Amino acid sequence: RICVITLAEAHPLLQNGKTIKSINYQISANCSRLQNKVSGKSKRGAQFLTELAPLCRISSSDGEEYTIYSCIRGRLIEVNENILSNPAILQEKPSTEGYIAVVLPKFEESKSITQGLLTQKEYEEVLLKRLNSSS
Amino acid sequence: MSSLTEKDRPIVQLLLNTGTCPRCILRFCCVGSQTLYRRPYKDLMKDIKEFLKNNQEEEVAVCFDVVDPPCKRIRLEHTEEGPDDVNHNGALQQIPSVNDENTAMEHSAVKVCNVCLGILQEFCEADFVKKVCQKVNSADYQFTSFVFSVSLPPQLSVRECAAWLLVNQEIGKLGLSLAKDDIVQLKEAYKWIIHPQLSEELSVPADGKSLFEVSVVFAHPETDEECHFLASACPDCFKPAKNKQSVFTRMAVIKALEKIKEEDFLKHFPCPPSSPKNLCVALEIQCNNGAVFVAGRYNKYSRNLPQTPWIIDGERKLESSVEELISEHLMVEFKADSFNFSSSGREDVDVRTLGNGRPFAIELVNPRRIHFTAEEMKGLQQTINNSSDKIQVRDLQLVTRSAIGRMKEGEEEKTKTYSALIWTDEAIQKEDIAFLDDIKELKLEQKTPLRVLHRRPLAVRCRIIHTMKSEYIDEHHFRLHLKTQAGTYIKEFVHGDFGRTKPNIGSLLKRRADILELDVESVDVDWPPTLDN
Repeated sequence: RICVITLAEAHPLLQNGKTIKSINYQISANCSRLQNKVSGKSKRGAQFLTELAPLCRISSSDGEEYTIYSCIRGRLIEVNENILSNPAILQEKPSTEGYIAVVLPKFEESKSITQGLLTQKEYEEVLLKRLNSSS
Repeated sequence: MSSLTEKDRPIVQLLLNTGTCPRCILRFCCVGSQTLYRRPYKDLMKDIKEFLKNNQEEEVAVCFDVVDPPCKRIRLEHTEEGPDDVNHNGALQQIPSVNDENTAMEHSAVKVCNVCLGILQEFCEADFVKKVCQKVNSADYQFTSFVFSVSLPPQLSVRECAAWLLVNQEIGKLGLSLAKDDIVQLKEAYKWIIHPQLSEELSVPADGKSLFEVSVVFAHPETDEECHFLASACPDCFKPAKNKQSVFTRMAVIKALEKIKEEDFLKHFPCPPSSPKNLCVALEIQCNNGAVFVAGRYNKYSRNLPQTPWIIDGERKLESSVEELISEHLMVEFKADSFNFSSSGREDVDVRTLGNGRPFAIELVNPRRIHFTAEEMKGLQQTINNSSDKIQVRDLQLVTRSAIGRMKEGEEEKTKTYSALIWTDEAIQKEDIAFLDDIKELKLEQKTPLRVLHRRPLAVRCRIIHTMKSEYIDEHHFRLHLKTQAGTYIKEFVHGDFGRTKPNIGSLLKRRADILELDVESVDVDWPPTLDN
């Protein structure tokens, strides 16, 4: 099952007042997500991601730097190059055109991964709890 | 040469003495007259013996003509000896005076030939022909001709080779030689004999191009290991292949026999070949009809029907499918083993196919019935159409295999027209969508849609939207008719697929758009030919 990684609703970058300065897919000296090449139906050659593998680093104009993590185990199919040329869409349409990456988990792990995710409702509850505990 | 002459004498004598049957003897003497081989076995045996017995001065060739007074004379002489000399087969009981040596052989059962292992003996007889025809008739096939194919055990080639070496050794003494290619092929002689008999029983001619195949596999387990010595002599001819049960295939054995040196052959294989105890056995008699192809165009009126059966982990996700609804009736009428369904492209489960429909072709494998008149095809079409309101077919007809290519051509090259029901998030007015009608030859770049990305390679497709025509419905809906290049993903053109199809309706209208319904209005392929339905 194909997974599309996007910024979560509550992400700081999506809150008011933040402007994106730059997006960098070069996550280490040896690894740039832009160099990811896949071939064939089984997506050979893809960079393999674990939950904590960084996808990219985003710097905002106020000096903060955020690392966006994969959160899903699987093969990296593509990263969204549109946000490099047009960072605005990341904030304007984070759940559609502003997506970060597409990941394809292993067929056998597909079900367990889905079960480990939160539904929209569950996520909203988490946010509510967070809000309540901080106030 | 059409008959035996004097210089054949040493060959005939040698082969007869070493246990070779009359027909194989004729083959090694390069006798090409088909009628001779068709003569009854016992007559041939008698004639050969007569040939050997006759003095050199007599006209021995005459004996082998179809109408042969001298032999008749001899026969008559023999019948004078007594009425019970002729047994119920019309063959002669042996006359003691003819040749004492042969008496023993004639009285006992026919010895299995050491070269053909009985193929040109028992398996040319009426009994076997009846057995084959029984199998054919019970299989209930419709056919107008037949091709009879025979699979012979590889050791026959080995024995043939041994007999040939034997003959050449003998006539070499006389300064003569026999080329392997001049010997009449066993399969050829067999077909000369058996084709007319099969043809008579089945009432149809034998035809090499026939689609109806009757095949017999012969085996001779007793001598199966005779080929094995070739493996050590020519190891590179025998590579084990995955699909084959035995490494000693007919082709491999023939190749090895060509390679092996005469001395090596004679070291490992008896020359003359030994007389086997048993005949060959006919392992299988099978019938097979060549595939027939039925083509037509289908309409799909359901938004809940897949093209092919949708089964995951053995569980069917949606009832039925386009191919099953069309093919199941054809399978029944044609009485085929299985079918292969193909069409000029396909549509999603939730997409209807309207207009003239989409071309399709079905290959029916091993059909028992193959002849259908145009009327009968129309009737079949009606049956299919009456059986379901989810699909309808038209222009149902029989086509040739080569015609399928034309259909697949359509998949890649021809245009399609669609009708899409589109929703927008922000309000639209008539003027907002009017400009779409003026856009011609719009170039799209479509990355492999996310919804199929798990089973297709990642790629970018350039496709063209030739024309568009919009129909305003209300502030959030309009209908769009489009004519596009083959292979365009329409749904993705509407909603943009996360921006991976550019441009898209959303980007053109500067709103968020999504597709509610899609119909295929036409598939612009002019095949199969339209019938007056």
